[in-house]
Amino acid sequence: MEHYNMNLNLKVWRQKNTKSKGEFKMYRVENISSEMSFLEMFDVLNEQLIHEGEEPVAFDHDCREGICGMCSMYINGKPHGPWQANTTCQLHMRAFKDGDTIVVEPWRANAFPVIKDLVVDRTSFDRIIQAGGYISVNTGNAVDGNALPINKDKADASFAAAMCIGCGACVAACKNSSAMLFLSAKVSHLALLPQGEPERHSRVINMVAQMDKEGFGSCTNTGACEATCPKEISISNIARLNQEYLVASLTAEK
Amino acid sequence: MTWKQMFTSSVGKKLVMSFTGIFLILFLIVHAGLNACIWAMDGGVMFNQGAHFMGNNVVPRILEIGLFAGFILHIVQAYMLTIQNRKARSVGYAVSYGNAGSKWYSRSMALLGTIVLLFLIIHLSHFWFPNRSHQGFLLGEEINLFDTMKEVFSNLWVVIVYVLGCISLGYHLAHGFQSAFKTIGVHNKRYHAMLSGIGYTFSIVIMLAFAMMPISFYCGWVS
Amino acid sequence: MLDAKIPSGPMDDKWTDYKGHCKLVNPANKRKLEVIIVGTGLAGASAAASLGEMGYKVKAFCFQDSPRRAHSIAAQGGINAAKNYQNDGDSVFRLFYDTIKGGDYRAREANVHRLAEVSANIIDQCVAQGVPFAREYGGLLSNRSFGGTQVQRTFYAAGQTGQQLLIGAYQALERQVALGNVTMYSRHEMLEVVKVDGKTTGIIARDLVSGKLERHFGHAVLLCTGGYGNVFYLSTNAMGSNVTAAWKAHKQGAAFANPCYTQIHPTCIPVSGDHQSKLTLMSESLRNDGRIWVPKKAGDPRKATDIPEEERDYYLERRYPAFGNLVPRDVASRAAKERCDAGYGVGTSKQAVYLDFAAAIERYGKIEVSKEGRTDVPKEEIIALGKEVVKEKYGNLFDMYEKITGENPYELPMRIYPAVHYTMGGLWVDYELQTTVKGLYSLGEANFSDHGANRLGASALMQGLADGYFVIPYTIGNYLADEIYNKPISTDHEAFAAAEKSVSDRLSTLMNIKGSQSVESFHKRLGKIMWEKCGMARNAQGLTEAISEIQALKKEFWSDVKIPGDISEFNPELDKAGRVADFIELGELMCKDALNRNESCGGHFREESQTEEGEALRHDDEYMYVAAWEYAGESNWNLHKEDLKYEVIKPSQRNYK
Repeated sequence: MEHYNMNLNLKVWRQKNTKSKGEFKMYRVENISSEMSFLEMFDVLNEQLIHEGEEPVAFDHDCREGICGMCSMYINGKPHGPWQANTTCQLHMRAFKDGDTIVVEPWRANAFPVIKDLVVDRTSFDRIIQAGGYISVNTGNAVDGNALPINKDKADASFAAAMCIGCGACVAACKNSSAMLFLSAKVSHLALLPQGEPERHSRVINMVAQMDKEGFGSCTNTGACEATCPKEISISNIARLNQEYLVASLTAEK
Repeated sequence: MTWKQMFTSSVGKKLVMSFTGIFLILFLIVHAGLNACIWAMDGGVMFNQGAHFMGNNVVPRILEIGLFAGFILHIVQAYMLTIQNRKARSVGYAVSYGNAGSKWYSRSMALLGTIVLLFLIIHLSHFWFPNRSHQGFLLGEEINLFDTMKEVFSNLWVVIVYVLGCISLGYHLAHGFQSAFKTIGVHNKRYHAMLSGIGYTFSIVIMLAFAMMPISFYCGWVS
Repeated sequence: MLDAKIPSGPMDDKWTDYKGHCKLVNPANKRKLEVIIVGTGLAGASAAASLGEMGYKVKAFCFQDSPRRAHSIAAQGGINAAKNYQNDGDSVFRLFYDTIKGGDYRAREANVHRLAEVSANIIDQCVAQGVPFAREYGGLLSNRSFGGTQVQRTFYAAGQTGQQLLIGAYQALERQVALGNVTMYSRHEMLEVVKVDGKTTGIIARDLVSGKLERHFGHAVLLCTGGYGNVFYLSTNAMGSNVTAAWKAHKQGAAFANPCYTQIHPTCIPVSGDHQSKLTLMSESLRNDGRIWVPKKAGDPRKATDIPEEERDYYLERRYPAFGNLVPRDVASRAAKERCDAGYGVGTSKQAVYLDFAAAIERYGKIEVSKEGRTDVPKEEIIALGKEVVKEKYGNLFDMYEKITGENPYELPMRIYPAVHYTMGGLWVDYELQTTVKGLYSLGEANFSDHGANRLGASALMQGLADGYFVIPYTIGNYLADEIYNKPISTDHEAFAAAEKSVSDRLSTLMNIKGSQSVESFHKRLGKIMWEKCGMARNAQGLTEAISEIQALKKEFWSDVKIPGDISEFNPELDKAGRVADFIELGELMCKDALNRNESCGGHFREESQTEEGEALRHDDEYMYVAAWEYAGESNWNLHKEDLKYEVIKPSQRNYK
């Protein structure tokens, strides 16, 4: 792989806090190596801003290896930037060329209010999990791990859904700001396992109710979430959630 | 979980869209089937018999009320959902995700639906309304719908509007057909692939079938 | 000062006896007892969930936006448990023995034995929570071997075991939040431990969004804040991983044990330039199939694929014929460094070695062909079939490598180099996981207890969950049972006021320096000192230099650091400044500890202490102790020694030849 350096123009959303009105600002960074990650390029920008006496751009990031789900930039019209099945932290500057202008925005959804610059508040996801995204088993109540064999295909499908990193890219990509891919990943993860069976109905009903309360939009099956998901969570999980919901609500006693 | 809770949740509202959508799809099949009688080349005899059955019989007329209810539910719910979904993001993006993540017609269901609705109003005012008012909105005597069609579709502009309406309907169905099944929970990949295939075929067939009617009259292919 | 409180009796019975005799708190009283938990990784989340379930009033804190982000999530390979599902002779004793030996006989036997005992319960608990472990076609749990042990005891979920376990614990925690038993404080950082009469009574935390300082009372405080690998600047830790909470506890009297024990993981993606902000691990499981080599000719400029077989030096296979590429992490890392230092390194930086899958691809290809009973298959087809198999096994890791380096590891060998990964040292704790400060506990990587001088693969997840799910629920009761007689202390108490003031003074001091250098630049310089002088190989001279360099850096930091923004707002630079300031102090202690320990053991290699062949040499006669450092003012520590007594296992010099 040839390495090269580039100069870039960055158009970055700046917003002091939740209440203030934000705006785009233009910055220029020079001698960016194609081997840098996108966030390392932002590190360069921030060092530059600190030296110029300006406030650095606030952005969320932590593990920088694509698994914690903290990074969240909307780059050139796509959550996590141009690469497929990727997070912002794993996006590398090879994806860009000298002279490019890159537009960077925060996740946009009313359920994800901006805290500062590119940092948004995603605690609504935690509250959705609190509504039922778990199996109620206290520590010490477990039977032997092999007491209950689980069909391998189902276990694998459950794992594929459980890979969700809770980054919120699905919400950011969706024209309706719907959290259905996130929600359905959790519902599928647990509904596919026998351990999740006892709370299957109440889980889906309560989680959907919480999602609505948080102000996310509804799903219109456009598929933008699936296309942008860094973990390639399948949109078929949403259909599974719908089925779970339909069965749960039709069979409810009250 | 009361019925109200069920149908007012976001998933429940989508279920309503899906059920009414599938109901309207079934209606389209019936409608297209009956209208295909114009190509019987019998001067509209068979077509008018079909129309007579639908218009002068208690059972279809009662079902017609259900049809209107379906339309109204589908339309009203759609607008309410669209408004609600728009409200979920008050500050938009400077650069849109666009076609990289989804099909334009999937994102434009409200627009396509609105065009179809406008077309529907025009269409009803051409045929349904004159006929039913002639009937006194009861089981009275009908007008000759075949002749009305001939007359209406002699105007090029009307034909163009109808064709545009049918194209919008086609795209609306291209997304709506498979989406409806996803919404009622078809997640099995095999069935989903099958339903998608059927959906696209259906959209094209319905679009062509309806669009060919005004074109056939205008070009004088039916007698 | 150090009383490990190890229960008497035979090793097998210690934990059972302890559980049978420790004090209990009745349910009505549990509701009145408040427990603060800092950190929500595997240890913290599991502890918060378990204590919440038991009825304690729990407050949990994390600096990230959600407890689910904690860095436990990045663990790839797996979690060990002595289940013996594979019928290959595993047992609690073997897991116990392997862990003690892997730790180079520097861990406390009783703690490790308990860890091995509860390991099986962890798997059961996680399965019950819905953790989707890998399974066989028959529906039973699958295992793989790891880190060169002789049994298959590692449970895994593809390359995302840590993620799945953490999500399990996170969900259990969120369930308790929903039930009102746990209050979650995310985007909060603990900045001080509050003590009254020598007992922990709470913490001062800063809301990282508003910048406000908050006082929180707790009858006990649990620090589950992970390791301090980021003292090296470049490590496989998350950007936010820090020592601050543990360091504040240390300064309040909690002894810091074995700070020099750091694990350098042999298979990481090498540094690509000065801009590098972190290093990425490639799972140890890759060494099951990859062969490690460098060219036989120093500075060979040819491409890897152009170097013929006879001109390659498979140095691990050459030096350690018995274990080959599967030697423990510390050994593999040092061997890579030795080759690179001698000028045989590869890649542009020359600080890398090859991890080559060509042989494995061909071997798997041949197996596939023979499965189909075919002969006369062209080589290209064998290779193509082999690549499919390798993709199935390691696909996600290969993809990650390609994203980062832009090179296709199916065609070219991977370039790897060791990187800081885990810290075995941490807050000193007794058998009950209590630090030397009453009511202050430490769990998971943040404590020092179970891994000795070197951690075996797939044991970190095990320890974090063991501490949180199965140890602390018993041991904390033993302390809290007496606390029911004490009324909660109001947060208006002068101790809280004083602690808050000291935190707020420190923050203002930092903000008012208004110097010229960024926090990041100091962190980088600290990391360079640590890596060069207290990294994979250490010597007295280097360590002495490092101590004075760090002291100078500290002075410079406190007079010239530049922090933009305000105190009372979301200010990541200020957060980072506080953390780097603590890392600087910790760095000094690490060097001091490394200097004190004039032997080579596990991850700590003193150049003065090696065999003629360059292998690590332990000195059990002089250093068979835990070095617990008590803070005694600036750049001043008192050393306390906890002698390690091996009742069951007889220490021997490790040999992998």
